[in-house]
Amino acid sequence: MIDLYTRRRWTNRLTMGAAALATLFGLFWLAWLLFTLCVNGIGHLSWSVFSQPTPSPKGEGGLYNAIIGSLIVTGLGTAIGAPIGILAGTYLAEYGRDSRLAAVVRFFNDVLLAAPSIVLGLFIYQLVVVQIGHFAAFAGGVALALIVIPVTLRLTENMMRLVPDRMREAAAALGVPRWKVITHIVYRAAKAGIATGVLLGVARIAGETAPLLFTALNNRFTSYDLWSPIANLPIMIFRFALSPYEGWNQLAWVGAFLITFAILGLNIFTRVVLRHSASE
Amino acid sequence: MNQAAESIPPVPGRSAGSRATPVGDTFFHGLTAVAAVLVLAIIAGIAVSLILGSAPALAEFGPGFLVSDVWNPVTNNFGAYVAIFGTLVTSAIAMVIAVPVSFGVALFISELAPAWLKRPISVAIELLAAVPSIIYGMWGLFVLAPVMADTIQPWLKTIFGDIPLLGVLVQGPPIGIGVFTAGVILAIMVIPFIASVMRDTFEVVPKVLKESAYATGATTWEVVRHIVLPYTRTGVVGGIMLGLGRALGETMAVTFVIGNSHNIHAGLFHPGNSIAATLANEFTEATGEIYTSALLALGLILFGITLIVLIAARLLLMRLQAGEGR
Repeated sequence: MIDLYTRRRWTNRLTMGAAALATLFGLFWLAWLLFTLCVNGIGHLSWSVFSQPTPSPKGEGGLYNAIIGSLIVTGLGTAIGAPIGILAGTYLAEYGRDSRLAAVVRFFNDVLLAAPSIVLGLFIYQLVVVQIGHFAAFAGGVALALIVIPVTLRLTENMMRLVPDRMREAAAALGVPRWKVITHIVYRAAKAGIATGVLLGVARIAGETAPLLFTALNNRFTSYDLWSPIANLPIMIFRFALSPYEGWNQLAWVGAFLITFAILGLNIFTRVVLRHSASE
Repeated sequence: MNQAAESIPPVPGRSAGSRATPVGDTFFHGLTAVAAVLVLAIIAGIAVSLILGSAPALAEFGPGFLVSDVWNPVTNNFGAYVAIFGTLVTSAIAMVIAVPVSFGVALFISELAPAWLKRPISVAIELLAAVPSIIYGMWGLFVLAPVMADTIQPWLKTIFGDIPLLGVLVQGPPIGIGVFTAGVILAIMVIPFIASVMRDTFEVVPKVLKESAYATGATTWEVVRHIVLPYTRTGVVGGIMLGLGRALGETMAVTFVIGNSHNIHAGLFHPGNSIAATLANEFTEATGEIYTSALLALGLILFGITLIVLIAARLLLMRLQAGEGR
């Protein structure tokens, strides 16, 4: 019979040890994943990856069209989604505040934030692709915008709420109209936080694949046309990784390496910015 | 939410007797309000478009669509049961693995880790959530699946194979791809979501409560078990639901490793299918109104399931927030 004190101590050691092991378990996957990406990605990085379009199954080529397409679709998604998210966040932080409407919008924004991205793709397919009759880069951008909106909305609202009301009152006391108070005072004060929201939105959509399957789809050639299908890295990875051709598989790994490290870099960068601006 | 919210002056122009609102104000107020309402319109639009799109299939197959395990594009006969089953089973596997691990991670970060280690570890865990789904899928197919096939699945078979009930679960060819591997990858993907919500809720617990428990001689585990957990119960469950919502709708990672087979087996090593994976694989190739409509009906079911889970999660987390700082 072990005494109570020893038993309690051992229970504590056991559970705390398990917690530490769980953390190692979580970190282990990240390390393994990044290791795999480096091993399979770095070796095949070359200038042709950035300068040549995707090859035919046996040919030589790079990822130029997919990188360009990804930039276009991601840029479009951000350009459409970020302003809407920022304006809606502004409403919640400045005009709506504790109103019933603001509470409802906040709630459904969280729903949108966590809605499966493939469902967003189906929606835009019905809304845009079916209407214009074919897959298009524009539709891909709209689908991605639906992911950007909730991310930027949430951060914008939080960041604007951190701006003290004394600043608003001081400006209002000078006779400045409310919209100028918001655009000239509050936005300026919350600038870094809002930028962080937008960048996190970019990081969220840069690797999104599911909503692009039914919207932007793919293109073997370099395209800058918003109204036709466009190549992009995630769909390229999907196609090439599942293909039987070794050259395509390798390009898929290179694409995976590029996109993952771009996204992780963006995430770490925004965390640094956010931390810096929060400590000011 | 904060004290600032209570001390805000009313919107200028709203109070009686003040001069007329400037045009700029009306315009900007309207513009932001339209953007805010747009969020509601998007959710409504998703629901309406999915309902309209799936109407032909639902009219054709009726409620039987939910329980039919036929999926035959050739005869235009469709049922959602296999996909729903796969979605629920993979998510269940993910939860069984992810919940205890996330709890451990949250516990470690909030109670155990020295101050200098807290931030790097939480950032590293959160980066796990930033990795795109398709990367998990590719890694799962090329790296994890072979390890599963060669080591883990044969090992699980020898351990659990002869035990009644559990033995049934480990049946199936140990080929590395299938329902089990999909569940494992989903677990890895949702750990950061659940862990970060749990960590946040643990931090809501007033320091005084914990300190007084420590002062009576409680161990760290006893403080967690008898002070932190009871205090944060709703938040913890909310976090788990949030992770479950993620797992249910996850698409690309599952598509790569689940095996895409419209069959149902009790054994978890068999290939299967999920709603999201079926959509990803078949939507662009679907020909004919009924086929497309059946896929949209799957989308509607997925949206419905995740919506219910998300709303439950939000309500629980909101209830916790309501008590915050009081």
